[in-house]
Amino acid sequence: MGFFENVSLALSSLRGNKMRSLLTMLGIIIGIAAVIAIETIGGSMTGAVTDSMSGMGVNNITVSLTQKTSDDEQGTTAQGVTLRRFMDSTPSEEDLMTDAMIQDYRDAFPDKVSDIQKTVQVGSGTLEKYGDPDTTITATVTGVNRAVLDGIADDTPILSGRWLSDDDGDRRICNVSSKFVEQAMGCSDSEAVGRSVTLTVNGMPYTFYVAGVYEYDDSSSYMFGSIDDDSIQTTIYIPLDAARAVTSASDGYESFTVIVADGVDMTEFVSTTGSFFASYYTRNDTWTVEATSLSSLIEEMTSILDTLSLGISAIAAISLLVGGIGVMNIMTVSVTERTREIGTRKALGAPSSAIRLQFITESMVLCLIGGVIGVILGISLGAALAAAVGFAAKPSISAIVIAVGFSMAIGLFFGYYPANKAAKMDPIEALRYE
Amino acid sequence: MAEHDRTSVRTPQRRLLIDMQDIHKSFYIGKPNELEILHGIDLKVWEGEFVAIVGESGSGKSTLMNIIGVLDKPTSGRYTLNGVDIHAAADNELAAIRNRQIGFVFQTYNLIARQTALKNVELPMLYAGVPGGERTRRATEWLRRVGMAERMRHQPNELSGGQKQRVAIARAMVNDPAIILADEPTGALDSQTSRVVMDLFHEMNEKYHKTIVLITHNQTLAEECQRVLTLLDGRIVAERKGSGRRGIL
Repeated sequence: MGFFENVSLALSSLRGNKMRSLLTMLGIIIGIAAVIAIETIGGSMTGAVTDSMSGMGVNNITVSLTQKTSDDEQGTTAQGVTLRRFMDSTPSEEDLMTDAMIQDYRDAFPDKVSDIQKTVQVGSGTLEKYGDPDTTITATVTGVNRAVLDGIADDTPILSGRWLSDDDGDRRICNVSSKFVEQAMGCSDSEAVGRSVTLTVNGMPYTFYVAGVYEYDDSSSYMFGSIDDDSIQTTIYIPLDAARAVTSASDGYESFTVIVADGVDMTEFVSTTGSFFASYYTRNDTWTVEATSLSSLIEEMTSILDTLSLGISAIAAISLLVGGIGVMNIMTVSVTERTREIGTRKALGAPSSAIRLQFITESMVLCLIGGVIGVILGISLGAALAAAVGFAAKPSISAIVIAVGFSMAIGLFFGYYPANKAAKMDPIEALRYE
Repeated sequence: MAEHDRTSVRTPQRRLLIDMQDIHKSFYIGKPNELEILHGIDLKVWEGEFVAIVGESGSGKSTLMNIIGVLDKPTSGRYTLNGVDIHAAADNELAAIRNRQIGFVFQTYNLIARQTALKNVELPMLYAGVPGGERTRRATEWLRRVGMAERMRHQPNELSGGQKQRVAIARAMVNDPAIILADEPTGALDSQTSRVVMDLFHEMNEKYHKTIVLITHNQTLAEECQRVLTLLDGRIVAERKGSGRRGIL
């Protein structure tokens, strides 16, 4: 008795009991569909997040000051620290990270650090809209070094003039967006270069000369849902030292971003960077430094998803177990119902092994069909849910292969007992069975 | 061989297919109770014979049939089927012997439900490992010979009793077994249909020289055979030549 005869026999037998076969498959279908659905959602979420984050630079490490937690307090009195923490919710000048620390860091890892992005937040600058003195335009003013501008130059190239450079010192010059030029200056991009703009920052007027105009990226305004021209999301970049002069800030940083060279193991370097800067703060009661990267965030998220899918898989495993018992039950019924058929087959010369194989095949085909339906259902469900959250569905091929294989294994495992019962039947008794 | 032979009808140069000597069969129904059904059966059937074994219910007919058909082994005694000693055979070998040597025809037809007549006739060849094309060709040929060519794509529930039995006969013949073992083949049929089925058995015997053992309680039916053995209380008590006359059943 060949493989195809057995499969076609199994199919015709299952076709003869369509409703019963479907109900029996239900446990398998639900179990497999649950696993595939969660895999599909998980895959599409991780995929979408990884895609969007890699655009933002997975090779960046953000180094920032953070308050010490009780775990970090070595040898300090708990009360005193707690008291200070409530008093100092912002770091004092002595607590900030300095250019000297950053230079030490660059010297320590010359091959791994490709650049450092430094920023000093100045605040909002306001000025009158061109040709409409009653309307006020608001723009964010930020002091940056050249590395920050390099990071945005790909998406928003310079249209006229030049980018600020690190040699500009505290000169009162700036880079503005084309949108700002249109709204606030009312001239062409090239005409704007060299002209001055006067902004009111923290109630004081400051005058900057436009060194260059960069392309306005309108996707950022969509993100915040403001189509209103008066409150365009635009940034005016000024040199770092100029920003410090305006805000009379000290030379330190609360945070900065490290651009890591290609091919460096991020996970390892993030923790190296964290402990490098934290070593400056061992004597500081309140503050320490934490290093994070987008890739470490992605890893964290992946591990959350893994835990989630593990939980769902456990539920699915129970469903598959119950489904398998259902298969065993219905196969036992089927064997009993077909006792005469089994007796006839044995009288006609079927060896026990052929009978066993016939019923195991039937049980495996039943589970395989259930598994395939489950996979289809799971992918559709996962895709529908992924679409609802706005991700593209990414069904996992390996999960599908494992699911289908696993459902066949269930058929084999739970089909063996009834099949063996059929194989061991006494042909005389079986032929006499009413 | 001749000196052991107690039968009156035989052709010595023919091959001995069934050779039974002093067959006993006991069943255990709870421990000390042993129930002996067959008390020393001696039975010889030669190639090409059409033999009837007649007996009332309770005579041990079914038990004897099960032993002849290698579905069961005797408690004691010797049974050689077509030169093969069945005592030495394991279960799987018994299955192979049934497959190659015996063609069963049952009172209740025992066709496999939801399988066409053609598939049913192919079944013994399936277990014999005959390749697909050859299977279909031979099954079709035998269905044609029993007059079922037109209905070979029908399933058993679409066939009448007589038609089912004709399919069953084709199924019994298709592996070219040594003997056809028919257990009350007309028991569920009306007299006209019974006549058709019996004529078919005669045709298998005469035209294809198939050895047939017919087990029945019907004396009229037994009368048609060449040799009639009467079974009573587990013993063969009479043996005579049949009239060979085909009557109204």
